[in-house]
Amino acid sequence: MRTYIAKRIGISVIILFCVTFIIYGLMRSLPASYVETMAMQLSQAPGAKPYEEWLAQLNAQYGLDLPVPIGYVTWLGDFLTGNFGDSWKFNVPVITEFTNTIGISFVMGGLAFVFSTIIAVPLGILAATHQYSKSDYIISAVALAGISLPTFFFATLLKLVFSVGLGWFDLYGLMGRDYAQLDAFGQALDIVNHMVMPVVTLTVIQIGSLMRYTRTNMLEVLNADYIRTARTKGLPEHKVIYKHAFRNTLIPLVTVIGGSLPGLFSGALITETLFMIPGTGYTSYQAMTAGDIPYTMFFLTFIAIITLLSNLLTDILYAVVDPRVRIS
Amino acid sequence: MSDSKNGTPAEKNDDQQQYSLNDDRRVKVLSPGALIAKRFFRNRLAVVGLVILVAMFLFSFVGGLVSPYGQDQTFSTLTKLNTQYAGITETTTRRYTAAEGADFGALVQAKANSAISEGATSFERDGVVYTIEQPAPDLYTFTSGGSVVAYASSYVVSVPAGMTAPSFDFQIAAITAISNAAAAGDTAADAPEVDESGAVVVDSTEETEDAAAEAAEAEAAGNTFEADGVSYTFDEAGNVMDASGETVAMVSPFVISASDGNTVIPDDLREALLTAVDADASEVVYTDADGAEHTYSISYDAYSKVYNVTETTENLVYDRYASPSLEHWLGTDGNGMDMLTRLMYGGRVSLIIGFIVVFIAAGLGVIMGGISGYFGGWVDNLIMRIVDIFYCLPSMPIIIILGSAMDAMRLDPWIRMIYLMLILGFLSWPSIARLVRGQILSLREQEFMLATEATGISVPHRIIRHLIPNVMPQLIVSCTMSLGSTIITEATLSFLGLGVKFPFASWGNIISDVNNAFVMTNYWFIWIPAGICLLLAVLGFNFVGDGLRDAFDPKMNR
Repeated sequence: MRTYIAKRIGISVIILFCVTFIIYGLMRSLPASYVETMAMQLSQAPGAKPYEEWLAQLNAQYGLDLPVPIGYVTWLGDFLTGNFGDSWKFNVPVITEFTNTIGISFVMGGLAFVFSTIIAVPLGILAATHQYSKSDYIISAVALAGISLPTFFFATLLKLVFSVGLGWFDLYGLMGRDYAQLDAFGQALDIVNHMVMPVVTLTVIQIGSLMRYTRTNMLEVLNADYIRTARTKGLPEHKVIYKHAFRNTLIPLVTVIGGSLPGLFSGALITETLFMIPGTGYTSYQAMTAGDIPYTMFFLTFIAIITLLSNLLTDILYAVVDPRVRIS
Repeated sequence: MSDSKNGTPAEKNDDQQQYSLNDDRRVKVLSPGALIAKRFFRNRLAVVGLVILVAMFLFSFVGGLVSPYGQDQTFSTLTKLNTQYAGITETTTRRYTAAEGADFGALVQAKANSAISEGATSFERDGVVYTIEQPAPDLYTFTSGGSVVAYASSYVVSVPAGMTAPSFDFQIAAITAISNAAAAGDTAADAPEVDESGAVVVDSTEETEDAAAEAAEAEAAGNTFEADGVSYTFDEAGNVMDASGETVAMVSPFVISASDGNTVIPDDLREALLTAVDADASEVVYTDADGAEHTYSISYDAYSKVYNVTETTENLVYDRYASPSLEHWLGTDGNGMDMLTRLMYGGRVSLIIGFIVVFIAAGLGVIMGGISGYFGGWVDNLIMRIVDIFYCLPSMPIIIILGSAMDAMRLDPWIRMIYLMLILGFLSWPSIARLVRGQILSLREQEFMLATEATGISVPHRIIRHLIPNVMPQLIVSCTMSLGSTIITEATLSFLGLGVKFPFASWGNIISDVNNAFVMTNYWFIWIPAGICLLLAVLGFNFVGDGLRDAFDPKMNR
């Protein structure tokens, strides 16, 4: 087990180097990046140096005159020593901007995660235990519809109904315009109010796949021989389902749910952008479209680490939860 | 593939009595394909999905042919637009005009003002003595050193466009005459009349007396003056004409300035506008010399003390955001294009992009996964590490970065669409490679592969003829499901403005109109149908994929 984990971590580190190198090379070789835009602006000021001179100066200043491999090694050295650089777009250290925004993303992701688990797992079990019934059909159709629903369309529908139609929530943002005048309790309520629609969107988007996953795994377990044995023993149906079937269904469920936990830190890029929630997702979207290399590199590296961590966690959890599985 | 337990549904023939009990013909045997089809069509959701897909394809591919409009055909409509025509300012304070070369600065003007209000006949400033005279009720002249250096009046002398500025003496003479005439209440020339509805109606085409006659008439009424040795006549509205009847200057407390330097305001229109301002009429209907009718409305802006004259014209504009009608069943979009047609072509783009992307991904995936699974060893290891790297690459951020880079490069929309397909396809092959590899790894160990090896079939033949067909079911299911997700990805990108660009329509960029909150609130017909199409198409692919999976693999229980 220990050697397995060590080997996996070793491979993950190598993969991480490759991934960061690819992303770095990509960011560096893009035309018309942040620096070009800035040089263009600066050169248009009255009495300014020509564009080429500004470009050369800015490239030297930001370390973009180095060839990509050397630039990558420099970046890597900085990154490993904890120097993440300053964000070009936000004019603050990358780590400051990140710590400012990660909290709200995590809270939103966590809420959506809890809600979707609470709703999806029981419904998935219901569908599996009543296979081919009307409720099964409805749940399956809803699950597939949830997977098929484009985030932006659902979010816009929510906005139309609840913001424009009913006026319950604001269209965008995390705080109302009178936020500063409210007391602490009112401010908390205001933020909760603004988070309702994004969290609902995230929940609905996530619910479908989890529901289907639960149902498929539950069905697999229900067809197993030991369930038939339990039934022939004359156990009551609820005992068969909740004691024998559900516990075994929990194995893949816990694995998948546990594996998705690190993902809570990565923020919801599309949903946050749609609702202009100042979380990591929206911030990184702005940074990416502006060509802000330090922030984008930091964020994408962070995401890559999170992804690798999730995979590792899934595999380890699988072995921990199910003693039958032996990792080789 | 074919599981004997589920694969032999002992369907009873209607005419089973004809056969003996142990006759084989009593058992209806279905081919594997027919079995799959039968299982597929028994699944209600899958059938619904298939119907949706067929409908979507007909809508997108046949609809575009049936629709009478093109995808970027714009429609126009006539709209009444108010354009600023002229502004009329009434001078309420005295304006000072100095003679050429004379110095009559603001400080002297202030002194002059107070002298006038005190009723003094002269004042002194900087050692210069100015004598004030009042030749007309609204005209003061200032004489210094024997010559008139300036005058003050609320009348303003202006010239028709293209004429030289009148001389100082002419100005004084004209203002004197007109101010005197106005004070006397003279109504020599006939002014346009205000009709019952409060509108001033002027028709330039009407047979009017020729200019010379008009001048003569004014002369007869005694509205004449002489300046610089030439005699001029003037009418009530303050038009000063020379002997030939041509207007050389306008003298009036009102200053009319056209809002556009190229516009020449005709004399009769000017008269009409002034009359309307006098009479508080708010509308002037004017028929110009060519017989075209113009309607001007006058509104007073108390803040800037200007009468604004706006002309109401019928303009041909793009029919933006028109409501659904018989002509346009789903109205028109922000560019005046037919929404339903855009929706059809958008579906075409979305579906084609989905298919090409999945085709690229499946091609790459099958080749890489096939090589990896069949050969194993270091090749397998290498390819799987590459797959791992691709899995770890955050695809959405990368697509967004590339999309904004393509924005910056200002790529042609068509080239951009091709790049988009290549990028999406290249980023999604690893999952298919993994699937194919897994299948081939297990198939490789089975007896039929041993048989192919024993019979000496070549390696490419073994892979293509014996392994790939066995991977097909999983491949088809996976491709159908990823078609749905690819369409969503493309739509999301287009929604963010980083995918398919105008003039091409795609369901995503049609919905992106809602970034304008006004469109979202007021024009549901722009984005709701596109969203429903998108949802239905993806739902159709997922239903069919799901149904296919169950049909291919009966052990999975749907």
